Amino acid sequence: MRFGVVVFPGTWSDTDCYHALGAVLGYRVDYVWHQQTDLSAYNGIVLPGGFSYGDYLRPGAIARFSPVMASVARFAADGGLVIGICNGFQVLCEAGLLPGVLLPNSHLQYRCQWTNLRVDNTMTPYTGTCRPGQVLRVPISHGDGNYYADEATLTDLERHGQVVFRYCTPDGEATPESNPNGAARNIAGICNQQRNVLGMMPHPERCCEQVLGGTDGRFIFQSIASYLEALGG
Amino acid sequence: MPVDQRVLDEIALSRAEYDLIVQRLGREPSDVELGMFGALWSEHCGYKHSKPLLKLFPSKGPRVLVGPGAENAGAVDIGDGVAVVMKMESHNHPSAIEPYQGAATGVGGIVRDIFTMGARPVALLNSLRFGPLSEPRNRYLFGGVVAGIAGYGNCLGIPDVAGEVCFSPAYSHNPLVNAMCVGLTEARSLVRGQARGLGNLLMLVGSDTGRDGIHGASGLASRTFEAGRELRPTVQVGNPFLEKLLLEACLELVGRDYVVGINDLGAAGLTSSAVEAAARGGSGLDIDVLQVPRREQDMTAYEVMLSESQERMLVAVKQGFEDRVEAVFRRWGLSSVVLGRVTSDGMARVREGDRQVAEVPVALFTDPPQYRLEGRMPKELQPHREKRLDLLRDLPEEPGQLLLRLLASPNIASKEWVYRQYDHQVLTNTVVSPGAADAAVLRVRGTPRGIALATDGNGRLCYLDPYVGGALAVAEAARNVACVGARPLALTDCLNFGNPENPGVYWQLEQAIRGMADACRRLDVPVISGNVSLYNETQGKPIYPTPVVGMLGLVDDAARHCTSGFKCPGDVVALLGGGADPQGGLAGSEYLEVAHGLVVGKPVVDLAAEARVQRVVVEAISRGLLHSAHDCADGGLAVALAECSILGGMGFQGQVPLVAGRGDASLFGEAASRIVVSVARADQTNLEGLARAHGVPCQVLGRVGNARFALKGYLDLPLTRLAAAWRGGLEDALKGLP
Repeated sequence: MRFGVVVFPGTWSDTDCYHALGAVLGYRVDYVWHQQTDLSAYNGIVLPGGFSYGDYLRPGAIARFSPVMASVARFAADGGLVIGICNGFQVLCEAGLLPGVLLPNSHLQYRCQWTNLRVDNTMTPYTGTCRPGQVLRVPISHGDGNYYADEATLTDLERHGQVVFRYCTPDGEATPESNPNGAARNIAGICNQQRNVLGMMPHPERCCEQVLGGTDGRFIFQSIASYLEALGG
Repeated sequence: MPVDQRVLDEIALSRAEYDLIVQRLGREPSDVELGMFGALWSEHCGYKHSKPLLKLFPSKGPRVLVGPGAENAGAVDIGDGVAVVMKMESHNHPSAIEPYQGAATGVGGIVRDIFTMGARPVALLNSLRFGPLSEPRNRYLFGGVVAGIAGYGNCLGIPDVAGEVCFSPAYSHNPLVNAMCVGLTEARSLVRGQARGLGNLLMLVGSDTGRDGIHGASGLASRTFEAGRELRPTVQVGNPFLEKLLLEACLELVGRDYVVGINDLGAAGLTSSAVEAAARGGSGLDIDVLQVPRREQDMTAYEVMLSESQERMLVAVKQGFEDRVEAVFRRWGLSSVVLGRVTSDGMARVREGDRQVAEVPVALFTDPPQYRLEGRMPKELQPHREKRLDLLRDLPEEPGQLLLRLLASPNIASKEWVYRQYDHQVLTNTVVSPGAADAAVLRVRGTPRGIALATDGNGRLCYLDPYVGGALAVAEAARNVACVGARPLALTDCLNFGNPENPGVYWQLEQAIRGMADACRRLDVPVISGNVSLYNETQGKPIYPTPVVGMLGLVDDAARHCTSGFKCPGDVVALLGGGADPQGGLAGSEYLEVAHGLVVGKPVVDLAAEARVQRVVVEAISRGLLHSAHDCADGGLAVALAECSILGGMGFQGQVPLVAGRGDASLFGEAASRIVVSVARADQTNLEGLARAHGVPCQVLGRVGNARFALKGYLDLPLTRLAAAWRGGLEDALKGLP
């Protein structure tokens, strides 16, 4: 099992994802430079957080044109697992691999804090080890995490079980107070209809070790690994 | 022909300094040369008024790898071949004019100082001072500075892990913005900011050069503002994305033997970067300004040499290896050009194509006149210092009400509004986050160790007694890292003062440095780097003298640290330390300002007691005795206990010992060298034994538990009320609420 962590100019969660997948969880992992186009060595691709191209224009708007992104789209179309975290989620939306956009936080400030995420769909490659409705404690760190899509798209997402994570209280209630950025319907993470592409604003790679305050991020990475193992990856 | 006074004013050189230049040079300087002298002989680059005093700091120690002034930052060995590189720097004046960009470029500059030395920046801290938030201008400055630090630091992906924010009328319209950066590298990979080796090449990398920031060092940072002068063009504009690329590209060069040195372009731009690098290498240089990539047309040699355009670096490369360097930067999408060569005759030559525009010995540029002035205590201070505090009405309000007011005071209230805007977790090393303890703790990968970081400085105390205030800044910063279980190892500082040509200010500067130096010796902490920011005043009134200390501590086992909040109901709460103070720590306290509107009294420091209490708390944490430890500082014992309760989410029942025969001193006195700790009942005697062995007082105050906070004879409040006051204080003040 081998993961590729994509590095755009301005990416900064690359080393954190590399550390969590490699040193902490023991998987094989490589950095993938944004100009690389051959992804055939990988079972899963991570688009990490950061400020690719400085978030200039719009977060993710320039990174989607990087040579690697055409390959990521093909990789996803072939059923490969692609997880976009924070800026990676923004890139996936800009690239049209996921619906909707990430607007500036409703209060217009950056937010770095722990959040509670309710797992709304456990039938994805990213949540297979979670219980339905399980609450994960995962930190966010972003200025543009306010998920937006029109009402029809939101309803469609919910109908197809594409809303994977919602911001919630510690008891699992998706209240306005537990929503840190104004995201529509408290959405923190979504997948595509095929469920092989996931985008999420919170950072699971920041909570894989107890010394950092929590280990709930492991549920997500270990779900990926279990799914790939079942496939014979 | 005698030089025009307006020209000298522009670059902030005195007539006498100009005459000295003519005398040493043996001729009138050219305009480019004069501009370069103005920058290099400015207070900001040349430390004309502070250098003789800075020599008082102890700066040596077995762990010190690079001391102050030698390179862009200081470095210490923390064992296993790992070096910590760190420095703090001010960006006060730019932030007063344009808070977002002023603060952002302050972060950019200090980060460059760290990666210039080959170290990966792993932490940012910042120490901020503003005028009262009741004034709209101060709210604008505060919001802009925090947003600027967040905007730049978050984009770089460097966690902002600790710091402080204080408010006082003394900083109205002249905020203090001190940014600190800490980096890690292998001790043997430290890169020097030097240019040496005849024929080696000087390359300029990163951003193109524009007209921004010309005269920033001389005009902005080295004198006071005059009314009506438009200074905005002297503030630079930051591009954090470019800096991130520069950071990664420069770190790729670390360990390549064809790289002779790397020096950043900060204050005074190419002038100071090139001249400093040549001075460190004992070389000369010959550069051609026509090679400098520009983003504006028709720039003169003068403008190119003095531009403070951000995100640029100078790299000295062995001849023949320029293509290798170029390739590294190109991969990161950055331009690099060969600008000139290293020479061996000690001359700094600047050409514009074939035309020579400057030729001055490097040693002349880097040897500005130094001024040892006569300081004098300001007369008006005496009555404030001698104020009879025992005649003040004791506790003019109900004690519970006073405690709530203090907890809601922006100086004491939770700073979550600030630090939640900073990414404090990226790089996944942050073991203790902002707000949880008196210092941040970061793990050091590949070792069991952790580093603890804190900043501290108290302008009110320094105003009342700069010697004691300076000593207490060092003592409290050391105590902060001790409270998480770290041994203080080294410090960096930022000395924020008014105009040193004012004898009262010079006295403050000298006294504060003497106090800091004595505390460093007593606590065995060398100063490894620092920065001086003078001329902080508006309308002729100096700020409070404000030396800020950035402290590094070492934790042997990063997992074995301590935080402030109470952990277990039933635990015993005790106060460690404390010494004799006839005013019971009321001098310069937050209480006196909040309850009486006074900044008066004579603060006291006992460095021997300080060293003892720190030893006890570090030892107790390393033995695993303590469940919590919290420095007893702003707001005194009642506030410290309340903070432990709020952070732990559990109440407290007990009493405070009587101090100076007064209720206010007992509850809210800020006598130094005291730490509130909690221990399991079974460990109480062990803690008492340890304290006794070190001659440190250990008084049991009460027990952790239930949902109320009660201090016998004074107050009994629900914990929820305390928490609401403390958590909401800063945001309410920002909304203009009383």
